[in-house]
Amino acid sequence: MKNYLKMSFMGISENEATARTAAAAVFSELNPTIEQIADVRTAVSEAVTNAIVHGYRGTSGMVEMECSIMGDIFTVIVSDKGCGIENLELAMQPFYTTAKGEERTGIGFAVMQAFMDNLEVTSEIGKGTKVTMKKRVKAFDDVSELSAVRC
Amino acid sequence: MNVEIKRSGNRLTAFLSGEIDHHSAVSIRTAIDKELDMGNATALILDFGAVNFMDSSGLGMIFGRYKKMNSSGGTLKLQNVPKPIERILRMAGVYTIIGISGGGKNEKLS
Repeated sequence: MKNYLKMSFMGISENEATARTAAAAVFSELNPTIEQIADVRTAVSEAVTNAIVHGYRGTSGMVEMECSIMGDIFTVIVSDKGCGIENLELAMQPFYTTAKGEERTGIGFAVMQAFMDNLEVTSEIGKGTKVTMKKRVKAFDDVSELSAVRC
Repeated sequence: MNVEIKRSGNRLTAFLSGEIDHHSAVSIRTAIDKELDMGNATALILDFGAVNFMDSSGLGMIFGRYKKMNSSGGTLKLQNVPKPIERILRMAGVYTIIGISGGGKNEKLS
């Protein structure tokens, strides 16, 4: 493992920016493109917002985030100990939301799926939700590939 | 504050800046709605020129303002959208939805 970061923070909206900035900082070690960094920032923001808006639903609780780098793969895990998701299959459908009237679009999971290479969600009612996302940054394999890009 | 609102006749332009997420979307929404609720605005323009991050909470803010303008027969237009933000807008079909029924007109977004 090249790097590992674990942070725990209050599930309040003020901490969303801190979480995505920290995740992007770890991810940056893989020398990603600006677009790839934006992808990670957005996906992490969605996961943390979900934990705050849906997991804790106005109650207080802690959100945990773990970031790691193994080889060329960045992994981020966002977990809460909130209410859990009743129907995960339904929750992951685009535009489905249980927070109607709060201007939620219901595309959080779809964004995570589109912006990351891999998304895994586990949830248990009354226990919480854990979102695991991975993104690979492919390094140039040899010098010829690198010089081809430079040309 | 992530928004500065300028009024020109019946047109309101909201110049958004910084990062739009679940936290900042609330204050942006409140500021825009306060101006809209004063009445007489038939066109709302959201300017994204100084926005450097937006997640789906920003989309919710856009859809919400669209609904509000649409219900009063007004129009919503987005302008100066940076590329990274355009990606999430396209993904959510914002251009399609707003373009088709914005105030009953086929409002072209720029």
